[in-house]
Amino acid sequence: MHHVTLDQWSRGGSALHRRDPRAKIATLIGFLVVLGTAHRDLAWLGAALFAILLAGLWSARLPLGPALARAGAVLPFTAVFAGISWLAGDPARGAALVMKSYLSALAVLLVVSTTPLPLLLRGMEMTGAPRFLLMVAQFLYRYLFVISEEAQHMRKAAAARGATVQGMAGNSARFKAAAGALAVLFARSYARAEDIHRAMLSRGFPGYFRPLSAPQFGRADSLFVTFLVISLIVIRIFIEKVA
Amino acid sequence: MHIPDGFLSTPVWAVMDAAAAPAVGYVVRKAQRGFDDAKVPLLGVMGAFVFAAQMINFPVGVGTSGHLVGGALLACMLGPAAASVVMCAILAIQALVFQDGGILALGANVFNMAIAGVLAGYLPYHLWGRGRGRRAAIFAGGTLSLLTSAMLALAELMISGVRMPGPVLGVSLALFVVSALVEGAITVAVVAALERIQPGVLRAPSAGRSPAFAALALVAILLAAGGVVFASTAPDGIERLAMQTGIASHARTLIATPLKDYQASWLGSGWPAQAAAGIAGLGLVYGACLMIGRKR
Amino acid sequence: MPPLILVNQLRYRYDDGTVALNGVDFRLEAGETVALLGENGSGKTTFALHLNGLLTGDGSVEVCGIAVNARNAAIVRRKIGLVFQDSESQLFMPTVLEDVAFGPLNQGLSPSKAAEVALTALEQVGMADVAGKAPYHLSAGQKKRVAIAGILATNPEILVLDEPTTFLDPPGQRALAGLLAGLPQAKILITHDIPFARATCTRAVFFRRGMIQQEGSVEEVTARQGWEFRPRRAE
Ligand SMILES: Nc1ncnc2c1ncn2[C@@H]1O[C@H](COP(=O)(O)OP(=O)(O)O)[C@@H](O)[C@H]1O
Ligand SMILES: [Mg+2]
Repeated sequence: MHHVTLDQWSRGGSALHRRDPRAKIATLIGFLVVLGTAHRDLAWLGAALFAILLAGLWSARLPLGPALARAGAVLPFTAVFAGISWLAGDPARGAALVMKSYLSALAVLLVVSTTPLPLLLRGMEMTGAPRFLLMVAQFLYRYLFVISEEAQHMRKAAAARGATVQGMAGNSARFKAAAGALAVLFARSYARAEDIHRAMLSRGFPGYFRPLSAPQFGRADSLFVTFLVISLIVIRIFIEKVA
Repeated sequence: MHIPDGFLSTPVWAVMDAAAAPAVGYVVRKAQRGFDDAKVPLLGVMGAFVFAAQMINFPVGVGTSGHLVGGALLACMLGPAAASVVMCAILAIQALVFQDGGILALGANVFNMAIAGVLAGYLPYHLWGRGRGRRAAIFAGGTLSLLTSAMLALAELMISGVRMPGPVLGVSLALFVVSALVEGAITVAVVAALERIQPGVLRAPSAGRSPAFAALALVAILLAAGGVVFASTAPDGIERLAMQTGIASHARTLIATPLKDYQASWLGSGWPAQAAAGIAGLGLVYGACLMIGRKR
Repeated sequence: MPPLILVNQLRYRYDDGTVALNGVDFRLEAGETVALLGENGSGKTTFALHLNGLLTGDGSVEVCGIAVNARNAAIVRRKIGLVFQDSESQLFMPTVLEDVAFGPLNQGLSPSKAAEVALTALEQVGMADVAGKAPYHLSAGQKKRVAIAGILATNPEILVLDEPTTFLDPPGQRALAGLLAGLPQAKILITHDIPFARATCTRAVFFRRGMIQQEGSVEEVTARQGWEFRPRRAE
């Protein structure tokens, strides 16, 4: 499954894995801005940035094929708009959409597959994002797979109940069965949240979370950000000047 | 509709990020109010529920199916501020873990779905959620929520210059309306089923009906409708429009004057200056958000 | 010595009107391990939730001589550790180590000290090697051990375990019985698993409809209640 792979990838030990999450977030934003604001010589810029991402994937010792394929998840959505642009007589814009969205997704993937999500959220918190929101996101991620599994069971149950009736009348029965399944899932999720809260209180939860460890932003991290962001800007200026 | 990175033009994503950041800070403050530490697990698990709910298909027509999006359902169950926070968390996880929606575009997606979509989804319930028209209000909420989000996304794409020829625009609008009605129907059906198994789960709309809230929600809906109309008058996008009216060239001379000799070679499009200005602007917003958002 | 737990005429009804406890009297002495038996819905879990003030009903509950109420909840929760039935709800932090360190951190230990305590607790249950993992990826037996470590790390005087063997296979059940036998704390075990209760408990109480209907040795109680599953022979 998707997230399990990502979770495993993110627990590697490469130099990229070891960078402070804030350093990776800042570099990612730099990358996305350099790519996102470009309008000229996109083919060259795209090739250069792709090479940088490949180097990143390689240095993080991530499997190239699966990583490149996973970033392709954006392509179906993009393809629709690219197709429309093409039909409307603007194939260049279509190509630009594909290139920009794919490379952006690959860059995000590189960061999340070298940083465990909780650590990434912690990095975002330390750069000022609201802690409450990030704790909600952390709990969401923690229980995503638990509740999804329950949903799988409910789906089977709903299908079994609705499957006996055929045709349009069946549609209405199946619609009701699905709504019933979602209602049960909601009620269970609600009860689970209550359970979790009780478990938290039982171990003395004082109303806020105390982190076990804080990532340290070291010299290597500052060098990492500075070097990469400046390189990205220089590459773009160079390409636009020479081409 | 999760907009990936690369679709929105720089002014659009920058403006949307700048608009979304303080809005998120505000809903977080509001959701946290009435200090209740049960909320973190509750909202997190509710987010996981909405995520998982996508696996359960609702048959629509022949051979097609839809699924719950959830903004309006959450707003009725948890109240609008908490629902916004849950939707924000969902969008963040989708963008990071599933590469569904971009990072620079996160502001736009958050604004469309977690802020405007939730506000619009709550408005009918807020106005008519008490009396006999409750079911109709919940249905309207689901519909309005999805419609508002989708129209905003469409407007942003068009303003960014993504091509939308007339027929395509027509088809997408029709699709939006259909999926919005489906969302309304699903929301009502789920609420009805829930009340059967757990009477009294639904939160009544909060007692003091604040006109400010209704106004805000209305603005969100009008923005969505107006955005599409405005965008369709500028089919080549706001940048082309700016170019035609001469704003862009004016800006360029302003930036380039001090660097006359080099401008052609180094600052061909003036983008580093533009980017710097943009980053400075975002920095200001960021600072403002830190001031608003810091509680502890 | 005063009893560790003293409960007097405890009654509780849920908001929807369900009467879950209907006059429970109970005491737990130091060094005891008591089995709570009884049908589903007879009030065992509700009873356990009263022991550390997660629910408060009519009647009195004292833990280590301290009355359990909203004001004393924080102190009581250091004395008594609750292991919930569903480990998935109990292990809510992103990694095993963070989860086990949650209690110590809340008790005010420094992060490094809390991590040390957590690792010791994980070693005690034989789970130190999964410290960096996400709880979701563990087996049911591993989850239960980690959940117990999370409680041991808070250093309680009493352990309460709600149906700890539910998702375990027979080897897992045996291993858990062995682990519990080695822990010095007084224990309350809510369980339907009679061999497990027989192997671990010195005494049993039987819940029926929110009351304790019978007390005695595990043998006596299960025999009297016809509580053990025995296939009936064909005549
Ligand atoms: N949150 C709740 N709301 C309403 N009724 C409940 C709740 N939890 C449990 N009950 C009811 O209280 C009774 C006792 O439940 P419980 O203590 O869980 O029993 P046991 O743990 O012995 O199976 C049951 O009838 C159950 O349905
Ligand atoms: Mg129980």
